[in-house]
Amino acid sequence: MQPATGEAASASASGDRVVLDDASIRRALVRISHEILERNEGAGDLYLVAIPNGGVPLARQIAANLREIAGLDLPVGILDTTLYRDDLSRRGERPPLRHTEMPSAVDDRVVVLVDDVASTGRTIRAAMDALMDFGRPRAVQVVALVDRGHRELPIRIDYVGKNIPTAISERVVLRGRGAGLEPPLEVRVEAAGRAES
Amino acid sequence: MIGRDLLGIEDLGRDDLERILETARHMQEVGLRDVKRVPTLRGRTIINLFFESSTRTRTSFEIAGKRLSADVINFSAESSSLSKSESILDTARTLDAMAPDAVIVRHKVAGVPKRIADVLDAPVINAGDGAHEHPTQALLDLFTVLQEKGRIDGLTVTIVGDILHSRVARSNVYGFRKLGADVRVVGPPTLLPAGVEALGVKAYSSLREGIEGADVVMALRIQNERLEGAYVPSVREYSAAWGLDRAKLRFAKEDAIVMHPGPINRGVEISHDLADRRPSVILDQVRNGVAVRMAVLYLLTGRAQPAYGD
Repeated sequence: MQPATGEAASASASGDRVVLDDASIRRALVRISHEILERNEGAGDLYLVAIPNGGVPLARQIAANLREIAGLDLPVGILDTTLYRDDLSRRGERPPLRHTEMPSAVDDRVVVLVDDVASTGRTIRAAMDALMDFGRPRAVQVVALVDRGHRELPIRIDYVGKNIPTAISERVVLRGRGAGLEPPLEVRVEAAGRAES
Repeated sequence: MIGRDLLGIEDLGRDDLERILETARHMQEVGLRDVKRVPTLRGRTIINLFFESSTRTRTSFEIAGKRLSADVINFSAESSSLSKSESILDTARTLDAMAPDAVIVRHKVAGVPKRIADVLDAPVINAGDGAHEHPTQALLDLFTVLQEKGRIDGLTVTIVGDILHSRVARSNVYGFRKLGADVRVVGPPTLLPAGVEALGVKAYSSLREGIEGADVVMALRIQNERLEGAYVPSVREYSAAWGLDRAKLRFAKEDAIVMHPGPINRGVEISHDLADRRPSVILDQVRNGVAVRMAVLYLLTGRAQPAYGD
């Protein structure tokens, strides 16, 4: 999902709605952290892998939560999916590449992919292909802060911050602190036809 | 933004250069993986069309294409009808009929890649044309300096050798100038082009003056025929006055790096001892060449493809 983080998102216009605020985003990430622990007993072989840019601060926050809750010190990787996208040959302009940094081997680990907004499932598909080029994880699970639906591939999100039914013409906008180092402050749904922020 | 072809650094803006270098930084990471291949150009065809032999550049493009999963076909003068009577443009048209997604051209005559680009649908990448340009060499040199120094703006870069006949020098002058470096050229007066200062560089015949305070010293390969001809009295004299060694490098900045586009004439442009170890970054240049060429191939093959059946 393209990140829509940034200061540019301005005051609410008519038709826009705030679906998650600062506190509810933090609560959702704490709940997801607990769910990850429950589902993966022991959880010592977990590896959080963020899809940039939006997934990066979320994965860091989940790692911090797991450190606090369970004393776990998990690796956090960053995996750009751009070179694996299935729409590259249909686009005229090449999208910019993002950072990839995989500090640990993925072999035999339970990899938890972390994205900000899940929708068609194509980004997750690309991320799984990229991940397999780094090794053979024991299992792959997926976190999304927001699941807005419109799935086009048989992909399931294991840990969802909030399900937000949207019209396909609407946009999900994450407003952050600018540097993208911390989770967003707010998630909004904006009506169709607005200019790109 | 970057155009259809890559024919020379002269045609590019600062934004284009920065975009290519930024893309190359990410491509470099792909080369560090166990599986050094991404599916980006799966099903695409890249043709290496080399009218002048060059194992290094051709191989670098070939590896770059393959790391992006393209099929790379090598056409060289020895293995095709190029040595027969077929004209260059006929050859290019024939290749174009095979619907390549990019064609990489090297030729000993300046301007041939441009002429080929004019008749082809596919984007053309100049891999060296006469004494004109060698853009991907300059890009990998810029990338290497950026990685070593963290910036290009404000650096002093000295290029030493046969400036007159060097497409590497020309492309690097454009590239480093556009990104804000001070560029100096050094060589025997016979090998400094008249009016070179018009490109925004300072020219020196004294190596010591030219590398005084330099952050980057780049030695160029000198062709043997130049050494035997009227340009330089003798190999020994050239080497004594313009060959780089550790003693002469003392005049550059303490942390200066030494570059060379290869292949090296050891003991002529650069001493054995200097070529093989720091501050020489010659093998880094070779490694970075693959990442930079992956970036160029990625960016230039981005034109939308018609959907199957259209």
